[in-house]
Amino acid sequence: MSVESEVSLDGKQLTIAIKGRFDFGSHQPFRDSYERFYKVPDVYVVDLKEATYLDSSALGMLLLLRDHAGGDNADVRVINSNSDVRKILAISNFEKLFDIT
Amino acid sequence: MPETLTVLIAEDSATDLLLLSTIVRRQGHHVLTASNGAEAVQVFARDRPQLVLMDALMPVMDGFEAARQIKQLAGEALVPIIFLTSLRESEALARCLDAGGDDFLAKPYNQVILAAKINAMDRLRRLQATVLEQRDLIARHHDYLLHEQRVAKAVFDKVAHSGCINAAPNIRYLQSPYALFNGDLLLAAYTPSGDMHVLLGDFTGHGLPAAVGAMPLAEVFYGMTAKGYGLAQTLREMNAKLKRILPVDMFCCATLLCLSVQRRVVEVWNGGMPDGYVHEVATGRRTPLVSRHLPLGVLAPEVFDDGTEVWPMALGDRVFLLSDGVIDTADASEQLFGVERLLEVFAANREPERLFEEIEQVLAGFRGQVRDDVSLVEISLLPGQVLHSSTMQYTDSGQSCPLDWSVSFEFRAETLKRYNPLPYLLQLLLEIHGLRGQSGALYSVMAELYSNALEHGVLGLDSQLKRDVQGFARYYRLRSERLDQLNSGYVRIHVDVLPTEVGGRLSLRIEDSGPGFDVEAMLARPLDIDRLSGRGLNLVRQLSSDVRWTDGGRSVCVEFCWVALA
Repeated sequence: MSVESEVSLDGKQLTIAIKGRFDFGSHQPFRDSYERFYKVPDVYVVDLKEATYLDSSALGMLLLLRDHAGGDNADVRVINSNSDVRKILAISNFEKLFDIT
Repeated sequence: MPETLTVLIAEDSATDLLLLSTIVRRQGHHVLTASNGAEAVQVFARDRPQLVLMDALMPVMDGFEAARQIKQLAGEALVPIIFLTSLRESEALARCLDAGGDDFLAKPYNQVILAAKINAMDRLRRLQATVLEQRDLIARHHDYLLHEQRVAKAVFDKVAHSGCINAAPNIRYLQSPYALFNGDLLLAAYTPSGDMHVLLGDFTGHGLPAAVGAMPLAEVFYGMTAKGYGLAQTLREMNAKLKRILPVDMFCCATLLCLSVQRRVVEVWNGGMPDGYVHEVATGRRTPLVSRHLPLGVLAPEVFDDGTEVWPMALGDRVFLLSDGVIDTADASEQLFGVERLLEVFAANREPERLFEEIEQVLAGFRGQVRDDVSLVEISLLPGQVLHSSTMQYTDSGQSCPLDWSVSFEFRAETLKRYNPLPYLLQLLLEIHGLRGQSGALYSVMAELYSNALEHGVLGLDSQLKRDVQGFARYYRLRSERLDQLNSGYVRIHVDVLPTEVGGRLSLRIEDSGPGFDVEAMLARPLDIDRLSGRGLNLVRQLSSDVRWTDGGRSVCVEFCWVALA
């Protein structure tokens, strides 16, 4: 498990990349990845390309990020989710809250 | 600066003993002495030195035996024993270690090496002490946690099992005793009209945090079910409550359903749970109950969607609900059980009565044991369910109950869209002591007449649509569409309560703004128990003492009488 974050050159987009299992073990690093930025980006991107697994506490963490990013006005995109991960997101109907691709 | 240790030196040669004692004292340690093994054991037992220098060959008892006895006395604590020996053969040196020695020092003694060895052994000794201390601390915490869990479980059990989950003959479930601490929650209760509400929920997380949300959820579930609220209002209340009290990252995936034996339907809302199934016994067909919503506690009340789906059921049909623990059960090689395997069990089933056991067996066989977060429940539609009297608790004596009054309501389009007046009305009517014994029948009749007035009257839906399964789905789709677009129409409810010589009488008149219907023709239709439509009126006629239609079917009046208790 690892969480890496990167801000775009113009500072408008924060990309958080998850590797391995996205579960309770990623809780602190995931929060750190967006809370340590002083400047607030317009867009948050969660890249799940290398995420192998996602559990309900990961869904909770996505909700935390959404809340941090402005709740209903937040622009949070979840990208590169594999079919297993996509299935989990779909059961919870998270596409109603996040832009999932 | 190393800590001052108490060092026991066991040595039969007085010269060597003196020499060693001097060296060790000079290093700042406190010295105890013994001149043979037996004495060494004695001194150890009395003074508990922290480290032992032991000559291998001594009279009375040799160092090997003494080392064994000292290690035994020391128990879990590490008391390092360094053998002092002039032995050279490796076999003899190995014996020192076999007897429990931790190191050895060859004669003649080298001061520097001896000091270094004492220090190294002291480090090991302290490491061991720390490990033991931490182990004991963890064990204490663990005991404490288990105790807390036991207490919490006792409280939760009272809440979670105060419904009919264990008493209902049509429910079977598989849930480990501590499943709640994995966030799984299973609740069931009867509505006043004898329908059954079942909730299978799965909170995020594990342990106590996952279980705390269960309390408020269960309270809302039991309270509102007993009062006759439908799924939509109950869901709204549960969602709003969880949203208010839970942290942002906690929520509850849940399936809530209402099983009605009288109407032979199941109404379902699924937010975030794996597919459940309606299993038709006659055809073997399974209808998946798919998650259409976000879990409870995520959305703000304004945007929460309480839309349910309704499916017809025949007697003997079953509903299966399961938690993701079932699908995510992994075998020894991390292979997941998966939906496919579950569907295979369904497909292979020949006797519906054995389906639940078959799933249970396959699941247990797959993993070797059942996990702690597996919840599986089967609810069957069984005939002959008696009306369960309200499970509400009354605290008043009935002395002050109102016996001579009337009240009229008119519910207009905007209200009909989103409000169910029945729970409120029922509560009002149950102020009358004499009616409480028939609250089930009263509620059933009110519910039937109200939905007739709304669906057939105001919304103009034809009950003939519900002839078959497709029509059935169409009926409920139309109902929801027309209700959404409703901008005129009304349902009026008149309540008249009068005292009589023996007790009292309630007249309930329900009017609607619809076109009415041919009462004679409707009542003349044959009683067909297996038809999906038309059960309502028969039920009403069975349950109330008098039913009369007037105004071309637009107005219906029923009466309930009671005898006052002496």
